[in-house]
Amino acid sequence: MSDTEHSHDHVDEEKRDFIYIAAGAVAAVGAGAIGWPLVTQMSMAADTKAAGSIEIDLSNIDEGSQVKSLWRGKPVFVRHRTPEEIAEAEAVDVATLPDPATDNERLMPNKAGKLDPRFLVMVGVCTHFGCVPIGEQGKVDALGEYGGWYCPCHGSHYDTAGRIRKGPAPENLVIPPYEFISDTVIKVG
Amino acid sequence: MSGHLSTYEPKYGVTKWLDKRLPIIRMGADFMTYPSPRNLNYWWTFGGILTLCLMVQIITGVILAMHYTANVDVAFADVQRIRRDVPFGWLIQPMHAVGAAMFFFAVYVHMFRGLYYGSYKAPREMIWILGCIIYLIMMATAFLGYTLPWGQMSFWGATVISNFFTAVPFVGDSLQQWILGGYSVDNPTLNRFFALHFLLPFVIAAVVGLHVWAMHHAGQNNPVGIEPKSKEDTLAFHPYYTVKDAFAVVVFLLIFAFFIFYYPDALGHADNYIEADPLATPAHIVPEWYFLPFYAILRAVPDKLMGLLLMVGAIAVLFILPWLDTSKVRSMRFRPVTRIWFILFLINSFILGWCGAATPSDIAIPMGEDKGLNFLWLSRISTLYYFAYFLLILPIMGMIEKPKELPESITKSVLGGASSGGAAS
Repeated sequence: MSDTEHSHDHVDEEKRDFIYIAAGAVAAVGAGAIGWPLVTQMSMAADTKAAGSIEIDLSNIDEGSQVKSLWRGKPVFVRHRTPEEIAEAEAVDVATLPDPATDNERLMPNKAGKLDPRFLVMVGVCTHFGCVPIGEQGKVDALGEYGGWYCPCHGSHYDTAGRIRKGPAPENLVIPPYEFISDTVIKVG
Repeated sequence: MSGHLSTYEPKYGVTKWLDKRLPIIRMGADFMTYPSPRNLNYWWTFGGILTLCLMVQIITGVILAMHYTANVDVAFADVQRIRRDVPFGWLIQPMHAVGAAMFFFAVYVHMFRGLYYGSYKAPREMIWILGCIIYLIMMATAFLGYTLPWGQMSFWGATVISNFFTAVPFVGDSLQQWILGGYSVDNPTLNRFFALHFLLPFVIAAVVGLHVWAMHHAGQNNPVGIEPKSKEDTLAFHPYYTVKDAFAVVVFLLIFAFFIFYYPDALGHADNYIEADPLATPAHIVPEWYFLPFYAILRAVPDKLMGLLLMVGAIAVLFILPWLDTSKVRSMRFRPVTRIWFILFLINSFILGWCGAATPSDIAIPMGEDKGLNFLWLSRISTLYYFAYFLLILPIMGMIEKPKELPESITKSVLGGASSGGAAS
């Protein structure tokens, strides 16, 4: 007995290693298979994801004023810009901007396929840490140093095209996906 | 010092029976007779105070959870209902809210005590690191809990802090949405924050168990920072330190009660009495006082990712402190120069807190008309000192400083003798 291959003294190391690794691999796949749902459940639920579009009527917005609407839990700004504000936004040398973009690049074409620089549509969330910038006409200091928006949390200044000009925010205010569904109504989302 | 011999002898039949099967009485008895250095001062009572704080938070927290609903439509009203209508809710809710602040106050004293007396040095690195982990989970728990009343500061604090994650390159936005469970802070966020806020204190309790275990294994540090050498250098934990801790706890509870009964809202922010509004950010967002120094570090650089890395680094540096301090001498009592750097570090921490509460562009130190050092620059200088203390001063001082002569033993340092250097202080 003792000198056969199947004795107690002889251990087939290779076979043991194989079983050890194979069992470990199956356990790892199993852990991954149960771990993935446990982690992914925290992502957005289908209904949260779906509740995502609103319509805004631009004809109600007077020149020089801004409306805020709630879209996906965040404010959307629609500002009816004055000719001075548009001129200011267009006159900037794009190369000097922290996040370069021309004023036209921040607009969407209307039903006629043209850009209407009067209406600027943006997500009203500072790209720094997510506060709502203030930018109401007629309020002292509310427009920031560049006449657009000012974030009270950490002092970011945006210009009249919503581009970051000064402060800690890394990017321009985000333009949400939107389209004109009539001459005066836009659909955001 | 490690693993002192058990002196417990079961007297009765039932305790003898139990001792052979589950030596739980022995464990408690050994805990109570644990030999502690005889010279522990009142700074050492904060370990006990912190245990009490954790218990207060867990007990009041579980009670509040019985009356609270984590839903954006009712959460704000629920907290007011607890304070007005629930029997003794007026007492229990402030105990929990003020308790969080008291908890942080005690943990900061405890940490500064460790920094001053070199409690993080070999062989106590694991005690220190476990403590840092507890502190980190405490911060997470406090942040999650602050969201629950669903006031303006709750909402915008959660918004700003969850936006930290958008600074992570490439996956930032998806990561943030995964954490929030939506496009922005909303009902799914409140729900999960509540669940995690309930869970984490129990994780803290578990890590506290490891922290105390490591401390009993390596032995307690003491004000002169030398190891006990003989039996006369130590005293049994009970009654000597149970009584000392109890006195400190009474004083601590007096301060605690003063806030609960007279100023329950003094440490909070008035804006949190306005219900969360995702369309309007309060003009001046500030975190709770215990996060202000880190908030100042975050704002010290005008770059999102760098600011975040600095803030994370400010806590990460604590974890490697045992290897940054190169001095063999533990207690600052015997380190005349480093002691001054330490006091400056303490003052600097308060300055950082002051900067965190202020508007960066306001003038902090006036120098002439409308001129002076603004809070942004003050926070930059303070941030620099914060990091310099850990990364430059402690490593270098350990190499160049000549420490004072250490006492021969703890007993000599207490009762006097030829070499009781500075023990009278």
